[in-house]
Amino acid sequence: MKIVVTAADDNGLKAKLDSRFGRASYFAFVDTKDDSVEFIKNDAKNASSGAGVQAAQTVADTGADVLISGNIGPKAFDGLSRTDLEIYSGPEESIQKVIDEYQLGNLEQLESATKSAHAGLN
Amino acid sequence: MQITVLSGKGGTGKTTVSTNLALSLPNVQFFDADVEEPNSYLFIKPDFADKSKSVLRKIPEVDQEKCTSCRACVDFCEYNALAMLGDEVLVYPEVCHSCGGCKHICPEGAITEKDKEAGEINWDLEVTEELEYWQGKMKIGEESSVPIIEELKEEIKPEKNVVMDAPPGTTCPTIEAAIDSDYCILVTEPTPFGLHDLKMAVEVVEELGKPYGIIINRAEEGENEIIEDYAAENNIDILLKIPFQRQIAELYSDGIPFVEELPEWKEKFQEVFADIQAVVE
Ligand code: SF4
Ligand code: SF4
Repeated sequence: MKIVVTAADDNGLKAKLDSRFGRASYFAFVDTKDDSVEFIKNDAKNASSGAGVQAAQTVADTGADVLISGNIGPKAFDGLSRTDLEIYSGPEESIQKVIDEYQLGNLEQLESATKSAHAGLN
Repeated sequence: MQITVLSGKGGTGKTTVSTNLALSLPNVQFFDADVEEPNSYLFIKPDFADKSKSVLRKIPEVDQEKCTSCRACVDFCEYNALAMLGDEVLVYPEVCHSCGGCKHICPEGAITEKDKEAGEINWDLEVTEELEYWQGKMKIGEESSVPIIEELKEEIKPEKNVVMDAPPGTTCPTIEAAIDSDYCILVTEPTPFGLHDLKMAVEVVEELGKPYGIIINRAEEGENEIIEDYAAENNIDILLKIPFQRQIAELYSDGIPFVEELPEWKEKFQEVFADIQAVVE
């Protein structure tokens, strides 16, 4: 299974989950077959316009099965929900820990955006 | 003659200056171009309930039958208003800047345009015999106020004395409001923050090549030097100082333009206008 986690740094499986979807520094692309992890820099982080949309595009293009993040704005969520991605909210812990929790079935699956358009950061 | 009133950030007295100036002059056409938060109506009190029109802008619409999912439009849009998700091009109208580019880039002719309401314009052609009032208001959720300011400017009558209250800041909307003006008034306060924001506003008007001068709001003896020294060093005119006075502050919070209660200030604004005229001509 291929899982994307929004990450604050690129320190392998020790990297921390970043709960801001559109403004996270990296996307960690984890293949659970061999626990390999690859980091994709989030170009949208400093975009003045449409950061959430661009981040959604980047994640969708990885072809992952699952996305684990924190706060996802309505625009990005609406876009992602058109793909086959399953979306979960995870704690701000190491990616290793986040993936373990996911596999234990402890993470909450998101059915709608976690913040409204007026929270601003999407 | 068009005078645009600017400030590097909000809350420095831009509305105070523009409304009191407008009420002191003859044959005025006033524009509130601070379209994210127009508030000059609180002071000028126009009657515009039934005088309004929508500002529309174009956003793309994708014909999914014709679209081959080539992604050319998604890669082209520098505002990230388009995404290719689940085999379909998704349009994010709030993020779209209506540049029209994607329509031209699509090799399949799959993109057409439709109208979206961006905001509204209101007016009152006779607030007083001497004053005509126009206001733009951006719709909530919109990202860019520029289309509304552009539309407002279509209403400018060159034979009038135009006073425009510009959006605060130093980005596109402020530039849009100032770009066609004959003169810019920069409003500031005598504090280090005021000076900092003033310098940013000066950069904008220098860039635009407009003549400009400064009005100090909440002016106080012993504090004004911070702005006066800067103005002297850079050879910038100080047009007026509006003192930090209880009476002026109270009138402001009651929504009363202070020139109405303190007529001697009308004369001062008229002098400012005469000075500006001399510079422009
Ligand atoms: S009109 Fe311009 S800004 Fe809007 S979606 Fe097309 S390319 Fe992007
Ligand atoms: S450019 Fe035209 S054909 Fe290509 S993805 Fe966009 S809408 Fe579809």
